[in-house]
Amino acid sequence: MTGIAMTNSATTTDNSSVLSSTRRNGVLGTNASRPDGAAKVQGGFAFSNDMWAENMLCGATLRSPHPFATVVSIDVSEAWKITGVEAIITADDVPGKATHGLIMSDQPVFAAVGDVVRYAGEPIAAVAADHPETCRRALAAIKVVYDVKQPVIDAEDCIAGRAPSIHPEGNIFRHQRIVSGDQTVVGDIQVEGEYEIGMQDQAFLGLESALAVPDAGGAGIELYVATQWLHEDRRQIAECLALPEDKVRLVLGGVGGAFGAREDISLQVHTCLLALATSRPVRISYGREESFYGHVHRHPAKIWMRHHADRDGRIIKIESRMVFDGGAYCSTSPAVLINAITHTQGPYKCENAVVDGWAVRTNNPPCGAMRGFGVVQACYAHESQMDKLAAAVGKSPVDIRLINAMETGDRLITGQIMDSVAPVAECIRATDAIPLPEPASMSVLARPGGTGLTSDRSHIRRGIGWGVSIKNLMYSEGFDDYSTARCRIEDGIVYLKFATSEVGQGFTMLAQQIARTVLGLDDVILETIDTDVGSAGSTSASRQTWMSGGAVQAACRAVLSDLLDHVATSHSWSREFVELDDTDIVNRSTGDRVSVRDATAGQRFERTEEYHHPPSEDLDENGQGNCHVAYAFVAHRAVVDVDPELGLIKVVQIATAQDVGRALNPLSVQGQIEGGIAQGLGLAVMEEIIVQNGKVRNPSFTDYLLPTFLDMPVVDMILIEEFEPKSPLGAKGVGEPPCISVTPAIANAIRQAVGRDLPRVPIRPYDIALG
Amino acid sequence: MNTTNTSGNEIYTLRVNGRDCNVHDAWIGESLLYVLRERLGLPGSKGACEQGECGSCTVIMDGAAVCSCLVLAAGAVGADIHTVEGLSPDGSLTDVQSAFLEAGGVQCGFCTPGFIVAVHHLLESQPDPSEEDIREALSGNICRCTGYGRILEAVQTVAAQRRETL
Repeated sequence: MTGIAMTNSATTTDNSSVLSSTRRNGVLGTNASRPDGAAKVQGGFAFSNDMWAENMLCGATLRSPHPFATVVSIDVSEAWKITGVEAIITADDVPGKATHGLIMSDQPVFAAVGDVVRYAGEPIAAVAADHPETCRRALAAIKVVYDVKQPVIDAEDCIAGRAPSIHPEGNIFRHQRIVSGDQTVVGDIQVEGEYEIGMQDQAFLGLESALAVPDAGGAGIELYVATQWLHEDRRQIAECLALPEDKVRLVLGGVGGAFGAREDISLQVHTCLLALATSRPVRISYGREESFYGHVHRHPAKIWMRHHADRDGRIIKIESRMVFDGGAYCSTSPAVLINAITHTQGPYKCENAVVDGWAVRTNNPPCGAMRGFGVVQACYAHESQMDKLAAAVGKSPVDIRLINAMETGDRLITGQIMDSVAPVAECIRATDAIPLPEPASMSVLARPGGTGLTSDRSHIRRGIGWGVSIKNLMYSEGFDDYSTARCRIEDGIVYLKFATSEVGQGFTMLAQQIARTVLGLDDVILETIDTDVGSAGSTSASRQTWMSGGAVQAACRAVLSDLLDHVATSHSWSREFVELDDTDIVNRSTGDRVSVRDATAGQRFERTEEYHHPPSEDLDENGQGNCHVAYAFVAHRAVVDVDPELGLIKVVQIATAQDVGRALNPLSVQGQIEGGIAQGLGLAVMEEIIVQNGKVRNPSFTDYLLPTFLDMPVVDMILIEEFEPKSPLGAKGVGEPPCISVTPAIANAIRQAVGRDLPRVPIRPYDIALG
Repeated sequence: MNTTNTSGNEIYTLRVNGRDCNVHDAWIGESLLYVLRERLGLPGSKGACEQGECGSCTVIMDGAAVCSCLVLAAGAVGADIHTVEGLSPDGSLTDVQSAFLEAGGVQCGFCTPGFIVAVHHLLESQPDPSEEDIREALSGNICRCTGYGRILEAVQTVAAQRRETL
């Protein structure tokens, strides 16, 4: 019994022009169909590792087995003797910049002789050959001599200055404090805890892959790649190749999920270098094990928090210290840290705070973006704290959250005023109103442990837990992550061009919905997603519906304006009375009308527009500043059956109400929410990259466990639809919030069932059984 | 074993989607998934784990749903193999494919072909599955995007539609 319901909570009257009242097929507000859908269900959709070119070679990467070692020598001579090997490249073969990186260019394309490798999995060399098996043999024949060093694996050693510096840029990616309000305030009620979040993997199914096709003569290159941000990739690739950006053309290959793991450079530069070296097309496709080494992960974090409250449970001060292990290279660690510390208070009112945040460099695997981006870690801590606070003042988990619920107009601990729609209390109440599930099932499949380790029914205890969260939308701290779109009408057909990465979320479908709604035409053709148009920014930070949606809407509106000018002139109508009415253009003064299709016959209109959000600001040394653009909220309630003796659990139901602004495609919103909940469930009870002495011990789907069909519970959801006036379409990004507070909701349910602290996620069977 | 040459010089024949397909010059170690994708022009079966954990490469072999990444291609000679491409040769959508789209069961789509094959197989062997039957039967297919809810709805919809048309 999966349910979806929607509330229309008013304040939407100024949006009548956005949503068509007649609900033509495929316009905004309907469950339009995906333009890539038929190809995907038939197996014809070309993911990046399905791409093929005549005379193509395959490439592969040699990686360091050591987390920290000096590269003494690399001998490729034996590898060259293998028939079928066409290229072997090392750091010496990088013509341009030797490093890349999103925020700090600190990660080598290849570790050079005389330099060090800083994590187990760092690239040393790459080969191109006629067959994957030839590549494997060639890699095995490359002899690398390492001088192995003791890895730096403890973040606290870096903060304390006890660890040797492992990079010229030092071991601290960022240290930022937030000091807000009155520091002398002391609460009658104080609760504290120290929490730990394990390293999670994005585990997209479509493995990293790219196909590079060199221009004749090697003057340039075309790269087909699954990525989240084509233009940022191009910037970094062009620097490493020493080519002007206009000689590096990127085309989006079919993307099999992303979740943050495709923000950084992985195989892009290697693939291009091999193609340029051989003057032949080269494709690199990672396997699953290499994927664990090839992309960044969610930061493992340790968070201490102390909440001060009055006797009613109202929060008056929060103290916190957060330590994020960024691993060997910077990636987005500074931004992840800022997201975490600026979300310390969660979706609750709080005037006073002291937060000390660290993101550090170690010889552990590099960490960076993953869905939730720092807020997942902060939320796990503050929602664990809220249950402690509820217990301390004798209130229910719901009541403690309601009396502290944030509202529009509140001042945040950064000094920023909450100016987004903030229906926190409404999310909590709507979730609370969702009926609880039936008592524990008789079926063995539905019990903790399933058929394999079946719990005795009499042993099962049921827990109910809550989690509520706030998530910033778009990039922060002054970054202008604009988006670009081009719209053209020719003979009644709309053509849209943008560089927005479609990673599965359905932006291509949304773009068509926007064009149909704004222009009153049904046929919308999407042109190739590539770098032949301006940047769209990254498909991350829950930002593309807002940002690229805004750009597509702006381009369509500009074309519409030109079209209305043309109709007014050609019909000798007064321009002020001419407007669109669904699929017609009407003269409001005379009632005359002409269909858009007829009006555009033989005509061509084209406009390119950028959408920019209002600027945000840097934080000052006290963590004060309007650093975020907008926010969304969500509440989760988890019902979990637990066998306390076996340590087994079964999540029975997730109830949720999410603040979505306007649901532009309700079915897609539902899919984002269910999918995000699955990832949050994974972090709560099963997903963790286990790192021992700098080495990943479980780089496979046999040992890194993902939620299956049997692990996922029923999700009952309510969409809280309240038009967001700051958003171009009234919609908020919906991708990240679902995966954030569901993790502590599940943890709180297990805690309630077994009465243990369980400060760490994922919660393992022995944590439950043994504490 | 010749360690410097990955090409054999033999030809073997696989029967895929009712057609005999000759495989030339293949290395003996190639999986069925690799041969389907790289040699026979059938990239609809996907690879995401190489260990039989994710189900993206599910094909039907002599009536059984198998992970083609775990089957040696040369060992599949003589078997009757069906892939996602063979479900609807005329390009129209099967009832399962349509239901996945209408229910919202497709996001990135990488797991989708494996699911489609597995769901057809499930409903042929179990026309009236309970929710638990569906979850159990499809628990070898991992989806990272949807959380399975829309896929469950798609399967239930098809099962109901087929019951009505009986």
